[in-house]
Amino acid sequence: MASASGDIAVELTDIEKRFPGVLANYDVNLTVRRGTIHSIVGENGAGKSTLMKVLYGMHQPEEGSVSVDGAEVAFRTPADAISAGIGMVHQHFKLADNLTVLENIILGSEPSRGGGRIDFAAARSSITEIMQQIGTELDLDELVSELGVGERQRVEIIKVLYRGANILILDEPTAVLVPDEVDELFATLQRLVDDGATVIFISHKLDEVLSVSDDITVMRQGTTVAHTQPADIDRPGLAELMVGSELPSPAGRNTTVGDTVRLAFRDITVDGPEGRPTVQNATLDVKEREILGIAGVEGNGQFELCAALLGLTASAGTVEVDGVDVSTASTADRYDAGLAYIPFDRHREGLMLTAPLWQNTLLGRDHEPELRNGPLVNAPAAVAASEEIIERFGVLTPNAHTPAFALSGGNQQKLLVGRAMVTEPSVLIAAHPTRGIDVGAQAAVWDEIRMARDAGMAVLLVSADLEELIGLSDRIAVLFEGEITAQLDPDTITAAELGGYMTGVRQREAS
Amino acid sequence: MTTTEPDISKNPLDKILTPSQSPQLQTAIVTVAASLLGVLIALGISAFILAVTGKNPVDAFTTIVETAGNTDKLVEMLDRATPLIFSATAVAIGFKMNLFNIGVEGQYLFAALISAQAGSSVNLPAPIHVLFILIVAVCAGAAWASIAAVLKAYKNIHEVISTIMLNFIGLAVIQWLFESFFREEIEGNLNVKTKLLPNSGRMPTIIDGRLSTVFFLALLVIVGYYVLVYRSRFGFRLRASGENPDAARTVGISARTMVMLSMIISGGVAGLVAMKSLLSEAYAYGPNATPIQLGFAGITVALLGRNHPVGILLAAMLFGFLDSASATLQLAGVPSSIVRVMQAIIVLCVVILNEAAIRRLNVRTAEQAQAQLAPEVNA
Repeated sequence: MASASGDIAVELTDIEKRFPGVLANYDVNLTVRRGTIHSIVGENGAGKSTLMKVLYGMHQPEEGSVSVDGAEVAFRTPADAISAGIGMVHQHFKLADNLTVLENIILGSEPSRGGGRIDFAAARSSITEIMQQIGTELDLDELVSELGVGERQRVEIIKVLYRGANILILDEPTAVLVPDEVDELFATLQRLVDDGATVIFISHKLDEVLSVSDDITVMRQGTTVAHTQPADIDRPGLAELMVGSELPSPAGRNTTVGDTVRLAFRDITVDGPEGRPTVQNATLDVKEREILGIAGVEGNGQFELCAALLGLTASAGTVEVDGVDVSTASTADRYDAGLAYIPFDRHREGLMLTAPLWQNTLLGRDHEPELRNGPLVNAPAAVAASEEIIERFGVLTPNAHTPAFALSGGNQQKLLVGRAMVTEPSVLIAAHPTRGIDVGAQAAVWDEIRMARDAGMAVLLVSADLEELIGLSDRIAVLFEGEITAQLDPDTITAAELGGYMTGVRQREAS
Repeated sequence: MTTTEPDISKNPLDKILTPSQSPQLQTAIVTVAASLLGVLIALGISAFILAVTGKNPVDAFTTIVETAGNTDKLVEMLDRATPLIFSATAVAIGFKMNLFNIGVEGQYLFAALISAQAGSSVNLPAPIHVLFILIVAVCAGAAWASIAAVLKAYKNIHEVISTIMLNFIGLAVIQWLFESFFREEIEGNLNVKTKLLPNSGRMPTIIDGRLSTVFFLALLVIVGYYVLVYRSRFGFRLRASGENPDAARTVGISARTMVMLSMIISGGVAGLVAMKSLLSEAYAYGPNATPIQLGFAGITVALLGRNHPVGILLAAMLFGFLDSASATLQLAGVPSSIVRVMQAIIVLCVVILNEAAIRRLNVRTAEQAQAQLAPEVNA
């Protein structure tokens, strides 16, 4: 499409953004035409959020250039981006509950009447104007705490417009909305672009993307891989682009999945916050010497399923470990029955950051006979046990007395993998076991998991890394909106299939 | 890959730390240094306050130093520190898992009344009688604390709110129990108390009656606190639950159990706060005989002592010393309330300096660990 530079609202060229040990964005190119809704789709971890933070001035790119309205810019802070007319509506609203709608909107850019007084009248009239423009109505004097989710989101949008934004970034705006609210949001966005504003819409819900967008950019593994338009592509095609047409090939597998079921769960259902269950009737068996991969876009019930299996959250259904029913057992008893867990979030659920490593590896193991002296901690034995983990899993640390916060993320992760594996569990629940660690360490962790699998362990592997899922798993189950919608063979799986199930394009064909 | 060069050279902690020290030793050194500095700064601020209020700070400090040279006053310091050790330890047990037990005040007064009444109602041989009173006191304190524990563990009601309210409820309950059932009428004596403990239920004083032997019980409790919190598996779980409740829960430590146990143990120790008064001084509970406010003082002593057994001991002694110096100050024409001001300023300075120093230390530890490992990473 030929266009003069005046038609381009945002242009990102060859953007590269690195974090220690991670290449978050590279060779990213994005051209957003003025007055359009431009969707950016991709899996979690594809680099969408990083890219938007670059555009919004929260990150500075190592390479590449950012142009807004044809002029190259270098934002140091979001304030720079705001003054250039860019506004961001965050996925998690940043509103003050105890203030009114009006106060929330003007917070931080209050119109002044002199003498430090706020000109509420001026604010009210300009906000009313904005509301008319986007065809919405809110009671400006209502407390935000009284508002529903959809209304809060509109407050966020008005807040951004009030600051003079004509380029809006919406980060997964529909994730929290019910269908009616989604329609309303899209109507609002349409009116905005009709008035000449530009909308950048981040999503992984393909239906919405196809229905609302003028242009679509697909990101995968940190880079932009395709630019297309809704007329030129269908859902399966988009799903395939998201996942990648060439799936990693399964590593030479010569495993013999056993016959004994080590982990069996039936009809696991976890109630969600708004009546909608986050996990629904999940039923699976994992056998000895088997790695069962759970694929799915993040937030489709993976965390809740693991929490239910571990007894960390209330759930319906039954869980058996090695034939023992642990459905009503405490978390500690479930570990004793043979479960082990590599947590999703190493800082939140895994580590005591200011405690030394040996105490971190002792966590959850202090009742083991060799690590205790009756009611006392056997510190020398715990230190020795920790050193064993550090040695075997290649944790880079001065020694076992170093506090956990002093380690890099990858080494913290290796420590947690070690803590879970060293107990020789019969069932390992591994959530993103290699997230954030370098390639060499990743291979080492994979080898450890494979070796333990070959020795008889059953593994439930939750991962967003398709290479990991396909490379390790003997079988893959897809979790979509809390339900297991497919069970697939990693040897024969195609990208279209996997992407289709993960995004809900394909529903419940296999059982 | 670009890495920002860590600027290790500028950290002021380098003057007192060497790489050969373990992280734990470094933490200890930094804590002691920051605390000493905090006390010095607090003394400076106190001197300034004295000066602007028209008092001579030199006189005041001379008086305080003279007090420190007086053996009697030092014994008095230990005696005054005794209840503070109990109450600070009680508070610190809660602090170790981020539970803020503000209810020590109500817990110890309730325990004082119940144990005084129970102790004066039985006749037992001497050591057993004392032991019986102590056990009743511990149980009564624990029982009162268990209300807040249950509310927290089962109804998720914040312990700060519940313990504050239980303090008021406790005072009312104590007054009702005392006035309705336990007070002993003595004609013409306005200083009403419960029935006096018989001799078999008393703990002796030593050094001309200046030091209650309950002080040694306090030392025992400090040692017990150290073993429980820093050496036992329960203490490990307690600290883990305080440091990262989600991680503790994830590895199977029951938050509910830990809340219940720590609150009840805290209340049990709180039950001992008034034992010096009961067993060695007043031999009874009475609104005018039993000291109040020690529960709140315990919070400041625990803060000052950084919840560490040695710190608590030293902080309680410092507070005990300043308390014993206040009478002397009064005689020297300095208002004794300056002691309260000094205590507050000391706590503030020590806490602020410690937080700042530990933050610096953490940055330094992380940088040094990365620096130590850098060659391996590049290899």
